[in-house]
Amino acid sequence: MTLNEIKDLLDAEVIIGENQLDMEVKTAFVADLMSDVLAFATAGSLLITGLTNPQVVRTADVLDIAAVIMGRGKKPSPETLQLAEELNIPILSTKFILFEIAGRLYSHNIRGCIEKVGTK
Amino acid sequence: MVDEKPLYDGSFSVVGGNFDNAGEVSSNIKTILKKIGLPSDIIRKAALVAYESEINIVSYARKGMIRLCVSPQCIMIEAIDEGQGIPDIDLAMQPGWSTANQKIREMGFGAGMGLCNIRSFSDVFNISSEVGKGTHLKMIIKTNSNTLQ
Repeated sequence: MTLNEIKDLLDAEVIIGENQLDMEVKTAFVADLMSDVLAFATAGSLLITGLTNPQVVRTADVLDIAAVIMGRGKKPSPETLQLAEELNIPILSTKFILFEIAGRLYSHNIRGCIEKVGTK
Repeated sequence: MVDEKPLYDGSFSVVGGNFDNAGEVSSNIKTILKKIGLPSDIIRKAALVAYESEINIVSYARKGMIRLCVSPQCIMIEAIDEGQGIPDIDLAMQPGWSTANQKIREMGFGAGMGLCNIRSFSDVFNISSEVGKGTHLKMIIKTNSNTLQ
């Protein structure tokens, strides 16, 4: 799916990355714990989270995450916004809860970047 | 690494408690490694190791520094801090064990995974610590010299 299709599917607002909406994404990881994102998320995946602080963008940058989706209506803090602009990390914000985001994406063939831990 | 001139050798200071800038050093390290032309999976590992180390210094130490040394064979990352130190390293290495405060947890860290992540993404991992003085981490990530551009 492209980020643009994901934006429509999740009725999301593109906060950063209007120019990157044609990017293809196949996998995703959902977490509010950045240490687990670091441990398990793979390059090119979506990061779906309810956190809004700059560490979300730093984590995305470290891992070459394709884009961040903030659920539950969360929006980036001003510091997060500035950092995402600087590091060129797309951020989408949607009112859907994380379970709904994951379910909707899964039904459109987006898969977890791993299925279970220990099976990388 | 002993005889050859490193491709890069430099240190970055990290200020304890400065959560807004936490990760800046790791972003710099990532940029340097990209410029050297290392493969992206190696860069990811090194950036991740640097980032968790940086988060630890910001979270628990007064101040510290991260040293990056790149040779054709490997990336060495050292994280040296002046801080409270770790009384029981075996305990600190256990997944889920943490002394993090609320502020650290709000950032999405402090769940007791940091040192485990650093160890599992490094090829060589060394930790030493002195209570009341600080902690010294030394990590080596092997690179394949053939893949250097």
